[in-house]
Amino acid sequence: MSLALNGLTIVAVCAGAFFFLAGTVGLLRFPDALSRLHALTKADNLGLGLVVLGLLFQVGGVFAALKLIGVWLLTLLAAATVSQLLARAARASGPHE
Amino acid sequence: MADFLLAAAGFVLVTVAVGLVRILSGPGDADRIMAAQLFGTGGIAALLLLAQAMSVPAAIDVGLVLGLLAAFVSVAFVKGVTRSQADEA
Repeated sequence: MSLALNGLTIVAVCAGAFFFLAGTVGLLRFPDALSRLHALTKADNLGLGLVVLGLLFQVGGVFAALKLIGVWLLTLLAAATVSQLLARAARASGPHE
Repeated sequence: MADFLLAAAGFVLVTVAVGLVRILSGPGDADRIMAAQLFGTGGIAALLLLAQAMSVPAAIDVGLVLGLLAAFVSVAFVKGVTRSQADEA
């Protein structure tokens, strides 16, 4: 049983790490501010979400699991708000390239 | 399992640190703050992984605070940008 849970953790955490890698590559390679923001939100939502999902298989109690989900939900809320604000600021300051 | 989680935390941190190159290259202020935002999220992920790997539950609280502060950074940035544009107009 614990072997299966460890396997699920490894798969989910690896997928999350992949999304962080994709977010970084997108941030460095994409041509303009809005498409960079697109790459950033993938890392925010999916990368952290998959890491939290992977850790959920390892925690002992319900409270600890709820706390991890709470961290993810707070980050989701913050990322959604912040990406709207940043997109507005990027558009107001005009295209850079 | 702890070794794998430690390795994953290190990988996420190194990946996100490479993204900080965007702060140097710009070109806009929004691009720079985006790299800082990614570093905030990556820091949270690394803290959560470390909390589980090293059995330090308090690190989850640190991650929670980091998430809160990372959101405030961008809000403060956008408020500063829009205010300076209002001053110019």
